[in-house]
Amino acid sequence: MLFFKPAEGTTAVARVAVDVVIKSEILDPQGKAILAALSRTGHPGISSVRQGKHFDLEVDDTVTDEDLEEIAGHLLANSVIEDWTVTRLDTR
Amino acid sequence: MTARVGVITFPGTLDDVDAARAVRYSGVEAVPLWHADADLHGVDAVVVPGGFSYGDYLRAGAIAAQAPVMRAVIDAAKSGMPVLGICNGFQVLCEAGLLPGALVRNAGLKFVCRDQWLRAENTTSAWTSRYESGAEILIPLKNAEGRYVAPEAVLDELEGEGRVLFRYIGSATADTTLAPANPNGAQRDIAGICSADGRIAGLMPHPEHAIDPLTGPTDDGLGFFFSVVDFLEGVKVS
Repeated sequence: MLFFKPAEGTTAVARVAVDVVIKSEILDPQGKAILAALSRTGHPGISSVRQGKHFDLEVDDTVTDEDLEEIAGHLLANSVIEDWTVTRLDTR
Repeated sequence: MTARVGVITFPGTLDDVDAARAVRYSGVEAVPLWHADADLHGVDAVVVPGGFSYGDYLRAGAIAAQAPVMRAVIDAAKSGMPVLGICNGFQVLCEAGLLPGALVRNAGLKFVCRDQWLRAENTTSAWTSRYESGAEILIPLKNAEGRYVAPEAVLDELEGEGRVLFRYIGSATADTTLAPANPNGAQRDIAGICSADGRIAGLMPHPEHAIDPLTGPTDDGLGFFFSVVDFLEGVKVS
């Protein structure tokens, strides 16, 4: 659902997913707590859980891949502690 | 002319009142600064106090680091103005790129609220010159995201340059099985650090809550505020 009309001449709107997860070398105590809960609730066989964040963006065609990397790497994620991926989902 | 120390209030800041009181206890003027301010009202130093700026949305300190007043703080800090970030303020300074590393969720997952022993490691910075090297102080600690982390190379650099201000220690009588010296799993027991020039400092525990035995565990926190006054008066004399 679009809440804002795109500006004139920028009709194409793409959905972009940004996923952020804490770096593997940094302890993720929330992930460990979830792992412990899984084993308590009868879900064996899971050796690791890392908790992260997922962002859904709706962007017009003026937003480049470089813009998205800038947004993801400088605000949505903190590059000191987190890794991130940017995925364009579709255009409509 | 007496020094003027700015204290920032973001939406969600909690400790601005105590920080301003601590500034006044050190004999200088506390100047309130608002998150939307575009300039620093001519202050000589800035304290970024604790709390939950912008509800800790995204990451603790991440939104505050983008606030208009922080643009002015970043410019001033890069020109040598002393800046102290306490707790959420430390998180803001790291998110703003003024200090290296980051503060993440406590290893034990719990919000830790207790009086914490610290050992002074750097007593030459703008904010710690009133402490004796190796001095042990007791001030409050209260946070859920207080675990200091940085790449190993950065930690080595901080240690090599003497930029660790304070480390967590246990008290002589504390039962360490109940209260481990390091409350949150911070790398190398780091409670606070400073910039290479010693003017930008960040600390997770709260010196501004320990300025008077009437309301705090000690008055050990006053040293931060007297130190920066000494620093500012030295700058003005020279």
